[in-house]
Parts: sequence; structure tokens; C-alpha cells
Amino acid sequence: MSTYAQKKGFGATIWDYLTTVDHKKIAILYLIAGGIFFILGGLEAVFIRIQLAVPDNNFVTAGQYNEILTMHGTTMIFLAAMPLLFAFMNAIMPLQIGARDVAFPFLNSLGFWLFFFGGLFLNLSWFLDGAPDAGWTSYASLSLDSAGHGIDFYALGLQISGAGTLIGGINFLVTIINMRAPGMTYMRMPLFTWSTFVASALILFAFPPLTIGLFFLIFDRMFGSNFFDPTMGGNTILWEHLFWIFGHPEVYILILPAFGIFSEIFATFSRKRLFGYSSMVFATVLIGFLGFMVWAHHMFTTGMGPVANAIFAVATMAIAVPTGIKIFNWLFTMWGGSIKFTTPMLWAVAFIPSFVAGGVTGIMLATAAADYQYHDSYFVVAHFHYVIVGGVVFALLAGTHFYWPKMFGTMLNEFLGKITFWLFLIGFHLTFFIQHFLGLMGMPRRIFTFLKGQGLETGNMISTVGAIFMSIAVIVLLINIVITSVKNEKVGNDPWEDGRTLEWALPSPPPFYNFKQLPLVRGLDAYWIEKMEGKQGMTPAEPLGDIHMPNNSIIPVIMSIGLFIAAFGAMYHNEHSWGIPVLIGGMLITLLSMFFRSVKDDHGFHIHKEDLLEDEDKGGKA
Amino acid sequence: MHAEEKFTHETWPASPERATLEAKNKFLGFWLFLGGETVLFASLFATYLALKDKVPNAEQALAKDLFELPLVFIMTMLLLTSSLTSVYAMYHMKNFHFKKMQLWLGITVLLGLAFLGFEIYEFNHYVHEFHHTFSSSAFGSAFYTLVGFHGAHVALGLLWITTLMVRNARRGLSLYNAPKFYVASLYWHFIDVVWVFIFTVVYLMGMVG
Repeated sequence: MSTYAQKKGFGATIWDYLTTVDHKKIAILYLIAGGIFFILGGLEAVFIRIQLAVPDNNFVTAGQYNEILTMHGTTMIFLAAMPLLFAFMNAIMPLQIGARDVAFPFLNSLGFWLFFFGGLFLNLSWFLDGAPDAGWTSYASLSLDSAGHGIDFYALGLQISGAGTLIGGINFLVTIINMRAPGMTYMRMPLFTWSTFVASALILFAFPPLTIGLFFLIFDRMFGSNFFDPTMGGNTILWEHLFWIFGHPEVYILILPAFGIFSEIFATFSRKRLFGYSSMVFATVLIGFLGFMVWAHHMFTTGMGPVANAIFAVATMAIAVPTGIKIFNWLFTMWGGSIKFTTPMLWAVAFIPSFVAGGVTGIMLATAAADYQYHDSYFVVAHFHYVIVGGVVFALLAGTHFYWPKMFGTMLNEFLGKITFWLFLIGFHLTFFIQHFLGLMGMPRRIFTFLKGQGLETGNMISTVGAIFMSIAVIVLLINIVITSVKNEKVGNDPWEDGRTLEWALPSPPPFYNFKQLPLVRGLDAYWIEKMEGKQGMTPAEPLGDIHMPNNSIIPVIMSIGLFIAAFGAMYHNEHSWGIPVLIGGMLITLLSMFFRSVKDDHGFHIHKEDLLEDEDKGGKA
Repeated sequence: MHAEEKFTHETWPASPERATLEAKNKFLGFWLFLGGETVLFASLFATYLALKDKVPNAEQALAKDLFELPLVFIMTMLLLTSSLTSVYAMYHMKNFHFKKMQLWLGITVLLGLAFLGFEIYEFNHYVHEFHHTFSSSAFGSAFYTLVGFHGAHVALGLLWITTLMVRNARRGLSLYNAPKFYVASLYWHFIDVVWVFIFTVVYLMGMVG
């Protein structure tokens, strides 16, 4: 342990996490930060449902309601769902392909801190001048008119965290292309790695239009430009296009990794190879491709004309084909398998009917003519919660239970896990199923209250009761996490006993260099193959040698803080004279950190063979 | 091959920009980044085309009133030539001729600076002669954002290449910095390609249509 002895103590641990470039620790940071934002977004959801529980309620004012619904959507999409998926991608994907780290460990850390400070900036709006109130889509006609600084917080905060996401996407792409272990061909990659790959490609091509849209919004609101102002020749629809060219791929960025997690879970607990692996890969890539062709289905009622509407309607319906392929492949994976109903498997099984329900309403909404009726009603709210909660959140909760032992070395309690599952499943359907009917009965979305005697009382009350169920489910999960962490009963490499992919060949949690010797991959489900041949672990593909590792660095935090400071300067420069100096100062902090990083030699360090041999008895065999 | 290894003209590998794993990652990662940048500029071009000549009143200058070919032609030639000189620099990098590489990079930087100077003159000209500003119309916002984003990329590229040159002036070439030089030159080519599109879409189409 001589060369990489770790300091102990609380301060040292904090410093370690601030400077870490280890993908497994960054995964934990993403999990914690994403989890906190998930709870914040959940609280906002509960406030929405309390306000709408009874007619003519005044729990919050109309203005506060707009802020809460905007922050609920923005937080859940950008600051909870994506970071939580990034947590699993970081924790698991490099292990699945047999890599020692990601391609750019420094950028990995930078990506996290940009996301974190962007999210922090956005949420500071609650304490300074009020939160954004134009919906998570922030359509320009609303957002340019919004008083105060709420929308500025939205635009600047998302700009910072979006840069972090883009960096993360490029990093995962290069990692998967360049750093696979010997024998790990593309068509032997586990489905979670495949879906990470496709989602990262979507990030690469979908985030730049958002960056541009946000720049326009920032310029229009803070620097006097006229992109969206029709009186000056601008065009307010421009924002809608830029936003949805980003926004539609974004939902596939969320759902594809969720599909990946479920694919792993289905195969593992059916104790069967994933049915139709190649068609699953094909469907994943096809969904990613089609995801860019359908953005305008969010804008059917904008007035694009029947031809554009028809094209986008048909393209949208086409996505049902690869998604259907996936659904049937999951069903056939279970068919004839020897199924174990663990907590992750329960989530996976419940995901299929829930997600299909969301898919069916998706096809209904894709019918452009009918969409004129559904548009901006609770039917839409029901639809996207069925796909995003029934798909993504189920996957996040399943993944939390499934990968917890690999990330922390101890198993979440299965009994409490099942309680969480049932409470959440019941609560989810209670909340959102009835909203289809509320929408069809004429209840518009984003409305802060409703009148008595219009037949909306019962439905809304049921919906609120469901939200309470989901809240209790999340509290049970938190209790579960506390109990598990306090007990801290250590588990071995393969705690579910049916692990198929490389990550289960490693200790839980893996040593910081992951693989002492890179493994030789002999087929799909690499670890399963070795187990079936009676071997204890993977066959090494290289002799034991020195391992090259990157150095820790505090620079990512400083760079992110620079942009965080600059954002305040940009926001206040019209009313305070210190605005421009602070903007320039913040940018300088970031630029100088980049300069410092470029100029300084940083070759990393080597773990020596002798130290690795010393580590042998601590279960580092792989 | 290790990043710290010392090389001679004979032992220098054929593709030093991809000789180590770190270099391979950098090479691929940067290509992907340029893919994202392409979408970024595509969004700006789309916006420019949508807002071209969209002005609030008849007094405001339109594209056909603003642009003059000689100035833009000189700028185009400067930037295209700078792309060529950066190719020479990379040729010498691959042949382990550090001094010659530095010389050609230096010429690239000078050409880039000249381009930037002309661009500043051009913007200044539009603002003072035509009152065509960032805030005067949607056309103005779209024009200055598209061309200004490109200009900012040029400025950043100049800072980047200069930093690399100064930093490595005493160190010479190694497998640690060869990919850095290579990636910077890739970035410079990308800037050049974007300018070719700006020249066509903004200036030529602006004067004709």
C-alpha cells in the first residue's frame, strides 16, 4: 500500500471527493447530488398535488405554483434523472467493458462539478428574486415577459450544467470506443454499455442546440439582443424548435440507459441470456437515430401546416417499432427462464405494462389531428409521467437496488426494498392513471386551481393520494439506505449470485484500479461463461505489471466555481455596476484554471507490481 | 511507448498523435467534440437564415447594403492560408522538426491575428456607418452571434496555440505534447471550414439574394 496509502479522517475524505478523478467515486457524487435533487423535485411534486387536491385551494399562490411546476420539471429532468443515470454509467460501464478508468478522468470530474454548480445556481433562485416560472420548456413568449431573475437563473444554470453533461457524453463515447478489454468486441458489450454509448452520442448531438437556445435567451434577457422579439424582427417559434431539437432526443437520453438497466436485470434474474441480443442493439441504435427526426411532434398546434405535421406524426409512430422489439425481447427473455423475484426484478416486471401504457398514449398523441384535442391537457401530463416515471424512475430505483452492492459493498434490505416497490407502484398508478381521464374531461395542464362542480374533484383527490404513497415509498428507501449503511454487512463479488457481466467478477466495491490484470473476454456475458465452465474468475489477458493512474485534482471544482461566479455577474450587470467585473472575474478564474492545467506537466503515477501483489489477499483477484 | 520517453529523429513514431492510449483518447475525443461543435454552428446558421434581413423598420440596413466583397475576400484568404501553414507545422511535427514546426505555427498565429483584426474593423464599420448593432434588430443579433461565435473561436484558438508554443519552447517534442499540437491544428482547420460556410451563407448569399 506504500505508494497509494489513503489519508483518513473527515476532512481528508471531503478533500478526497472534491479532488477525485476515480469514476467510482464520481459515481457516488452523482448519486448523492442527483438523489438530493430528486428529493427536492419530489417535494415540489407533492406541493403541486397538495395545491390541486381540492378545488379553489390556496395552499400556494398562482405565481408560486408556476415557479413550483417549472422547478419540478427542470429539476427532475436535468438535475435528478440525468445525473442519477450518469451515476450508474460511471459506476458500472467502465467495469462492464473491462477498463481501469474512463478515457478522461479529469474531464469526468469537471463534468460532475459543472453539473453540480449549475444545479446549485438554479436552485439559489428560490432565495434570490424567485424561481423561474415559464415551465421547464421556457417558451420564449412566456420567458421574455417573466419579471425578476427567475428565467435568468434557468438559462445560466442550465448552460453551466449542460456543459458538464456534454463533457460526460464525449467521455463515455471515447471510453467505450477505445478502452474495451481484449476480446470485448462491440457485439459482446452488455446492453447497459450499449445504451450508454447511444445515449452519449445523443448527448453529443442534442446538447449543442440547447446551448445555442440558452445563449439566445441569455442574450435576449440580459444583453439586449432580439432573437425572440417579433417587434424587432425576431421569431418566438425559433426557441421552440431549438428547444425541442434538444428536448426530444433528451427523453431518449433518459430512457435508453433505463432500457439498458432493465435488460441487465431481466437477463440476470431470468438466469438466461438476453433474448434477441443483436436485435436489442439494433433497436437501441434505431431509437437513437429516429429520436432526432421527431422533435416537431411537440409543436403540432403551433401551425406548421398539415404536411409537416403528417411527416412528424408518421416518424413518431415509427419509433414504436424498435420499442416494440425491445418489449417482446424482454418478455421472451423471461419466457422459460428460472425467474427470481428480487426487488430489481419486481421493478423490471412492473416496468413493462407501465411503460407500454405510456407508449400507447404516445401513439395517440402522435396522431396530429387528435393531438389538437389532447394538447396541453392533463392527458399529456399522464402520458409523459407514464414513460418517464414508469420507465426512467423505475429503472433508477431498480438500478439503485441492483447496483448498490457493487457501488458500496453491502446489500440493501430486500424486505424494505419490496415495500418501497409496492408502495411506489400503487402510488404511481393512482397518481397518473386518473390524469388521462382528467385531461380528456378538459383539465388543462399547468393550471394552479380548478372550480367546483366540473367533475374534476374526485380525480384530483385520487391523484394526490397516489403522490403520498410514492412519497412514503421514497422515505422507506431512505430508511433502507440508512439501516444498510449502519449495518454495513460486506458482500462478495457476485452478491446476486447470478451476475453475468464483468462487473460481478470484481470485488464489491472494486479496488480503485478496477482490474489488476485486464480480463480476457470470450463472449457475451463474459463472467457467466467462466462461471459455467467452473472457473473462479476471469482469465487474465496480460501479465501482472505496473498500472498507470491519473493524479487527483482540485482544478475541476475551481473551474466550475469560476463559471458559477460569472453567472451572477451576467445576471446582475444591468442593475449593479459590479456585474461586468464579476462576469469577467469569474471567466478569468475558469480560463486561468484551464491555462494552469495546460501548462503544468501531469503524467499521473504508477502502482507498482509489488504493491499489487501485496493487495492479493484482500480479494483483488480478477 | 511512454509519454515521457525521449526521442530522436529516427525513433520518432509515424503517427505520434496516436502513439499512446492517452493520445488515442485525445484524438478521438476531439473529433467527437468537433462533431458537437458542428451541430452548434448548424444551429447558429439555421437561426441566421431564419432571421436574415428581419428588421423592425425600413431605415435599417439589410445584408445587401452591408457587405463588401474585397474585405471579406482578404479575410477568407488569410484564414485559408493559415490553415495551410498549420498543415506545414504538422508535417514538421511528424518529422520531429520542432523548430520548423514552431515557425509555421507562429506564421499561423500571425495570420489568425490579422484575420481577427480585420473582423474587428468590419464590425466597427457596420456599427458606425450603418448603425447595424447587436441590439438594432433580430438580423443584427443573428449576424453578430454567428460571426462573433466564429471570431471567439479564432481568438481562443490563437490563445491555445500560443500557449502550446510558449509552454513547449524549451521542452521540445514528446509523445505527451505531440497530440496536443495535433488536436490544436485540427481545431484550427475546423474554424477554417466554418468560415468557408460563413463566407458562402452570410456574405456571398447576402450580396446575391
